[in-house]
Amino acid sequence: MIELKNVEKKFGDLRVLKGIDLSVKRGEVISIIGASGSGKSTMLYCINALEQIQGGQIVVDGIDVHDKSTNLNELRRHIGMVFQQWNSFPHLTVLENVALAPRLVLGKSKEEARHIAEKQLKHVGLGDKLDVYPTRMSGGQQQRLAIARALAMEPDYMLFDEVTSALDPELVGEVLDTLRLLSDDGMTMIVVTHEISFARDVSDRVAFFHQGVIEEIGPAQQLINDPQKARTQQFLSKVR
Amino acid sequence: MDYTFHWRPVTKAIPDLLDAALLTLEAATLSMVIGIVLGMGLALLRLHGNRPLYIFATVWIEIARNTPALLQLFFFGFGLGAFGWHLSPFLIVLCGLSFNNAGYLAENFRGGFQAIPDTQIKAARCLGLTATQTYLRIVIPQVFRLVYHPMTNQLVWAVLMSSLGMLVGFRELSGETQFLASNTFRLFEFFLATAIIYYLLVKVVLGTSHLLSRKLFRY
Repeated sequence: MIELKNVEKKFGDLRVLKGIDLSVKRGEVISIIGASGSGKSTMLYCINALEQIQGGQIVVDGIDVHDKSTNLNELRRHIGMVFQQWNSFPHLTVLENVALAPRLVLGKSKEEARHIAEKQLKHVGLGDKLDVYPTRMSGGQQQRLAIARALAMEPDYMLFDEVTSALDPELVGEVLDTLRLLSDDGMTMIVVTHEISFARDVSDRVAFFHQGVIEEIGPAQQLINDPQKARTQQFLSKVR
Repeated sequence: MDYTFHWRPVTKAIPDLLDAALLTLEAATLSMVIGIVLGMGLALLRLHGNRPLYIFATVWIEIARNTPALLQLFFFGFGLGAFGWHLSPFLIVLCGLSFNNAGYLAENFRGGFQAIPDTQIKAARCLGLTATQTYLRIVIPQVFRLVYHPMTNQLVWAVLMSSLGMLVGFRELSGETQFLASNTFRLFEFFLATAIIYYLLVKVVLGTSHLLSRKLFRY
């Protein structure tokens, strides 16, 4: 379970997160929507401590993420993350991209790591690209590679930071399909997204962020189809 | 123009010249290896070091890049010698070239490090890689590709710069040539032959570097 309790985040004097409370249960898929700059992505970065917090607490499976004694490398094994910019490692082949962390972090043998990587790459439909270098692939393929790379660590949670925002429109579908696949597998996911229909169809709950606070949160269908707060209605009417 | 060429002394001395050329290549290559390690360290100190370390690295780089290489060599020769620390001619050249290479390469590396997007590091850390693993497996291999050609240039520069070794008594290609030339008084012939050997040496370095790059960088 991921629990955020009254989380505060500042960049200098700018308060980006103003007391966020949120808990995500195992197996749950939760989408975060809201305007750019509302703090959605920053919240994800705080969950695996890529960003520090200035107040409150984030607890993942009983571990206080921002406690000084927390082993972040150990914690991050359990939390996969995929970015807007896919960040494939250009000097490694597709297979090596995925096999690297299982070898270095989980201590798997070369054979085991290769096996894991092949399995995950097949899962996201890249089974025929094992020995290709990522720069030769489309954005959608590289984004699926990034997903396979995160999955190879067998994480308990996956964080997705606007993973389709940098893609050409015709490539968005294949990445969203991959996310659906994960959701069907029962993966616990926090998905920051601008894809409203995806949020409605795939997530259990949707949270609407506005200027660093959760303005409204609720079951996906209800929040998208019948928002209660004026700001949520306003936002949804603009993006639809 | 009544200079008569006599090539016989040169042709007789070719084995000696080639031996000396090997020594040149050896000194240049070794100084490159040391220069890469030190240069990488200096670049990291400038990027991440605390204030004293940053200043140390900056002073090194400034001196290496902005004073004549010959004076840097003299420092390790006559300079240290004045304090009773006498290095062999080979060591003087090796230290001088390594010092110089490290200074130039440090700035290349620093540029390379800065060119790697921060998101590459984030992505690696997210996978649970430690900071050291991230540098060794993700950042440095990419930096090496970015600075590969500047590095080749530096090696060529080191090969040519090692000729200064003759001024501190090192019998590399130039030192050996001077020795042979003054023994036989065939200065023009010897230095012409040596110039050709330098040219070929550099071509070999460039060719090897090119072949190696095709093997190393397949992406």
